[in-house]
Amino acid sequence: MAHAHAHEGHDHDHHGPDKGIMRWIKTTNHKDLGTLYLCFAFIMFFIGGLMSLVIRAELFQPGLQFVDPEFFNSMTTMHALVMIFGGVMPAFTGLANWMVPMMIGAGDLALPRVNNWGFWILPFGFAMLLSTLFMPGGAPAGGWTMYPPLVLQTGNAFPMLIFAVHLLGISSITGAINVVVTILNMRAPGMTLLKMPLFVWTWLITAYLLIATMPVLAGAVTMLLTDKYFGTSFFTASGGGDPVLFQHIFWFFGHPEVYILILPAFGIVSTIIPTFARKPLFGYASMVYATASIGFLSFIVWAHHMFTVGMPLAAELFFMFSTMLIAVPTGVKVFNWVATMWRGSMTFETPMLFALGFVFLFTLGGFSGLMLAVTPVDFQYHDTYFVVAHFHYVLVPGAVFSIIAAIYYWIPKWTGRMYNEKLGKLHFWLSAIFINLTFFPQHFLGLAGMQRRVPDYNVMFTDFNVVSSIGAFAFFISQFIFIGNMLSCMFGKRDGKVPERVWEGAHGLEWTVASPAPYHTFEDPPLVGDNGEPVAAGQTAKAH
Amino acid sequence: MSSPAPANGQQRYFVPDPSAWPFMLTAGLVTLIIGVWSSLEDKNLGPLPYYLGGGFAAFVIFRWFRGIALESEGGKYSKQVDMTYRMGMAWFIFSEVMFFGAFFGALYYAREVALPWLGGEGAKGVANLLWTGFEASWPSNGPANLGGYYETVSAWGLPFINTCLLLSSGVTITFAHHALKDNKRLACILWMWATVAFGVVFLYCQAVEYIHAYHALNLTLHSGVYGSTFFMLTGFHGMHVTLGTLMLTVITIRLMLGHFKPDSHFGFEGVAWYWHFVDVVWIGLFVFVYVL
Repeated sequence: MAHAHAHEGHDHDHHGPDKGIMRWIKTTNHKDLGTLYLCFAFIMFFIGGLMSLVIRAELFQPGLQFVDPEFFNSMTTMHALVMIFGGVMPAFTGLANWMVPMMIGAGDLALPRVNNWGFWILPFGFAMLLSTLFMPGGAPAGGWTMYPPLVLQTGNAFPMLIFAVHLLGISSITGAINVVVTILNMRAPGMTLLKMPLFVWTWLITAYLLIATMPVLAGAVTMLLTDKYFGTSFFTASGGGDPVLFQHIFWFFGHPEVYILILPAFGIVSTIIPTFARKPLFGYASMVYATASIGFLSFIVWAHHMFTVGMPLAAELFFMFSTMLIAVPTGVKVFNWVATMWRGSMTFETPMLFALGFVFLFTLGGFSGLMLAVTPVDFQYHDTYFVVAHFHYVLVPGAVFSIIAAIYYWIPKWTGRMYNEKLGKLHFWLSAIFINLTFFPQHFLGLAGMQRRVPDYNVMFTDFNVVSSIGAFAFFISQFIFIGNMLSCMFGKRDGKVPERVWEGAHGLEWTVASPAPYHTFEDPPLVGDNGEPVAAGQTAKAH
Repeated sequence: MSSPAPANGQQRYFVPDPSAWPFMLTAGLVTLIIGVWSSLEDKNLGPLPYYLGGGFAAFVIFRWFRGIALESEGGKYSKQVDMTYRMGMAWFIFSEVMFFGAFFGALYYAREVALPWLGGEGAKGVANLLWTGFEASWPSNGPANLGGYYETVSAWGLPFINTCLLLSSGVTITFAHHALKDNKRLACILWMWATVAFGVVFLYCQAVEYIHAYHALNLTLHSGVYGSTFFMLTGFHGMHVTLGTLMLTVITIRLMLGHFKPDSHFGFEGVAWYWHFVDVVWIGLFVFVYVL
């Protein structure tokens, strides 16, 4: 699929990428930027993971062992910010960079320079955010939700926290605009909306959510900034404001944000399961509509994060019922995944294992979410480890497993080298076991009344905390298998045996190009047929 | 890279060469931010980061947009690229709408929830226990009378004039657009300068109003939630008008340099969209901040 050979006398002005570090600083290529996004995300996963180990080490036994409470709170706060804004979101954006143009038959993203900007904001933004660890007064310790008045007590770090959030917001918005415009404007002829792979669909809706909500977060943190330094009183009752106002604005962003963190995962799983079940996705259209419904509902459920704050009864009821409604489209999705596998000719390669782990464990997290949605019950669970268990179930064996699955699934296409299947399977089983060891006991801890964001606890919680901490350390160590496997894919010897269609059950445009995919794919768009693949091989410049 | 026509006769999508502008822009912005941080936290870095970061960022933005204008005038953009810019601008404006939405939402919440509750409504009047005897009203600087006695700006003085100015500017920019489409370039340029003038006069009036509010009315950012919402909403709008006026000026200068064609002038239209957006936000401000 070397496009360059296809056009007689095609006089390239570009001679491939620059050399050395300048290639990565100046690149406008979606594959380069996708790689940068993914590498950045993994550095952030590592840093955020170390922070979580500080938390788990401190919670290994009751009493204060290693860190003082202020630093403990910094760790919980920074762990969340790093994992959400530095880990999961950039990882998904990296996958979108790599895959969306290849999946819809576009040459690149619509706005390549803006794409570069969106990436290069991130290292600067996180340098600012992480620099707060070394500032007088310490890193932000008021929780990633930044509730006033607590967060206003942050020391020198406070403006850096706010401006870092602003920068990350700009990065997300530019990235999202790029994805939306690419999908709406750059599809190859014949690639109609309802022929797009689900990963593209879910990213389209994710990008919409990002454009709609990141500016709202920017507004909220701007109000924090002016409240602290310029004498405004948005969140001060004595001036007629209300701290609860912040929670409303924050969660108007925050709830769509949690779907931003999971919708691309749905797309990945919907891509992988049909490949290894060797059947087309069951209920494609219903998947699209379910995703859109989740996107819509995400805007009218935010106050379920605030049931105990003192809202009117009518609001509690409204947000309870609207939240429970989300179980319907999510149920449609889980049903479709299971129905896709029904009587499929299944094999269990590593990507499939992670996808199956996702379906099972994400659904568990969904069920605990349903429990939390019930207002009177939430009064009991609020701010306990039950909540921690819930959102880690949807984020780690949910979002993170899907990212890992996607990388195992597509890295042969990216690098032209196959990963080690045995190590991959080992990585899955260790991850699946230890992630449950880490988070399942936290359900019990929460139900028994252990509070989150506190470095000390009642001795009766000791046993489950020991188990949880052991699980966390083992999970972290298991990920080195993954890193090793990936590094060997990136830098190992290329034996040239990886075919265009890496998985024989896989369908879609990305499997019609060479492995590794050429630096520029689809400079001339292919004509896409009903099966989502090029109609005439000649027109898509099949090599030679 | 160039875009030679492929076999099917369509122009190939323009993919720009590698560029260091985005990286440099970020470096400039972060330098600026460090300057702001040092001011807010008394770190005595002085004004140097402001000049260095701000100046550098402005330089990069100028060069980046200049490059885009040259690419556009050089005929590198196909219809499809044009559509990319249209969609990109539309979604960007949507994100701006949501940003203002946060502040309008805060205004709504303060008036309809926070203050009434402080005055004893809702949740068994519990919020009123903090400030017994406080009665909710609007405008309000809260139960503690933050910032002391103040008066509000009347809607029917300068704000009304400003409304007329912005609405007129919406008309003049439409005249300019029609002139451009009819290839009457001089008329277009004159209508554009008229639009710029409306923007500048608007900003002057806003400045006069702010000075009046601070000195004669004692209405400041410290005047409780009324002062907060008033200055933050009008202030952010004012920043957008400033940016919009700058954009209009650039477009007008480009017109004078002979840029844009009757059938191809998205740079012009994008700025016009932005200007209309700023206009619509002002209508919202006039109704919800000044009149009601």
